[in-house]
Amino acid sequence: MANYFLKTPFSEEEVRQLKVGDIVHFDGTLFGIRDLTQIYMVDQNHEPPVSLEGMPCIHTSPSLKKVGDRWEPICVGTTTSVRMDRYSPLLIEKYGVRAIIGKAGLYEDSLKAMEKFGAVYLAIVGGAAALETRQIEEVEAVYWEHLHPEALYQFRVKDFGPLTVAMDTHGNHLYFDVKARAKQRLPEIYKKLGVV
Amino acid sequence: MSDFDYTLVEETGKQLYVRALCDLPPDVRRALAHAYEKESQPGAKEIFKTMLKNVDVADGKKTLICQDTGLPIYMVKIGSGFNWDGAEVKERLTEGAVRATREYPFRGSSTHFLTRVNPQTSVGERLPVFYFDFVKDADCLEILMVPKGSGSENMSKMKMFIPADGINALKKFVLDTVIESGANPCPPGIIGVGMGGTSDLVTRLAKEAIARPVGQRNPDPDVAEMEIELEDAINATGIGPMGLGGDITTLAVHIETAHTHITLNPVAVNTQCWPARRARAKVYPDGSVEYGY
Repeated sequence: MANYFLKTPFSEEEVRQLKVGDIVHFDGTLFGIRDLTQIYMVDQNHEPPVSLEGMPCIHTSPSLKKVGDRWEPICVGTTTSVRMDRYSPLLIEKYGVRAIIGKAGLYEDSLKAMEKFGAVYLAIVGGAAALETRQIEEVEAVYWEHLHPEALYQFRVKDFGPLTVAMDTHGNHLYFDVKARAKQRLPEIYKKLGVV
Repeated sequence: MSDFDYTLVEETGKQLYVRALCDLPPDVRRALAHAYEKESQPGAKEIFKTMLKNVDVADGKKTLICQDTGLPIYMVKIGSGFNWDGAEVKERLTEGAVRATREYPFRGSSTHFLTRVNPQTSVGERLPVFYFDFVKDADCLEILMVPKGSGSENMSKMKMFIPADGINALKKFVLDTVIESGANPCPPGIIGVGMGGTSDLVTRLAKEAIARPVGQRNPDPDVAEMEIELEDAINATGIGPMGLGGDITTLAVHIETAHTHITLNPVAVNTQCWPARRARAKVYPDGSVEYGY
């Protein structure tokens, strides 16, 4: 388990050195995306108005407050990623996204795209929205505002994390490993519980 | 009917929702701190540290612990020592939930099941969820408020076993459900279990079980023993905090029970995430309110 401190944009080399179980913090730009953002972008063919090359994207639907023409964060937390699994390979291949941040992970196709094009899945501590909101210095832009609270958000973050590398470029998938180990232990646990 | 001013109930309904979202109960904090101490895997320990830090940040900034403000559930016990107007209580608590959403303000999560239109009020058709019960030898209105987030609620399960399957089938079902849920319900939370009753009652029992303070045992020693057995079994899986591996997968297993039909053997699991949010208040006929957890 190694600790990394990164700055955005991430290079392919930086991302490829990460291994599952490593802890990452970073400074810089973070894009917020959710179900509707990706339906609009991918299924309805809208090109993002900003480059996502080398950037991390987080699965969020933030509570923001508009003050004049600026947006202020009220509460920014992270949602379960699996619902957005099918868009992830495209984000990585076509738009050059280097990290997807969320909770509970993505499936095989996303893992393959990460290995092929150089990207990782970073697991955040779900439910820790108070801390996450504090790590957001500024909401720099809200693109596709009509989709709010599922628009495309550009945040500037400071010391964002801790994030656990849960899917890496070497084909490792921490959630799969943990579940496989649990299933391996199961016969013994059943026996102890007296249910077999 | 008395001349009790029910705006007090509305205000309490509002306060309870906000309190539950911002102030984690002391028993949950203690359980998380204990988990941090006990956890042997460094990655998992780091996660517990982050959870505890998040609770502190929410305290200091009086801000939401988690962005999922959930669906509001009000569990109300009406004391028989005073003429409480139940219909008025229900209406006022509903208005309290709406006001909490608009006045704090936070994201309303309730949505029309078909059109998916979100009224941004946290309420709607048959929402909030209400549980009413009646108690003798009390004159107060006791309100327990639980905001239920979707990450954990999506992992709820119920099954009707047959008597021949025995109690072991229920225990196995609980364990299998937790493993299948994996990282989704933001572990380690409270595993609420219902055993007995009918299909609807057993599901309600599981929900009541997650609202119990962490570690408070079922008064029936046989059931309490089963709670401990299941906790040990779930923690032996190694799923760990946020499903990323670790020693602690649940803070507590709580089981609530009911008599059932001679040919039924139902079980239900309701999972609560690690920020096991709840807030309690007692409203007295003299207009005083006592807040707690």
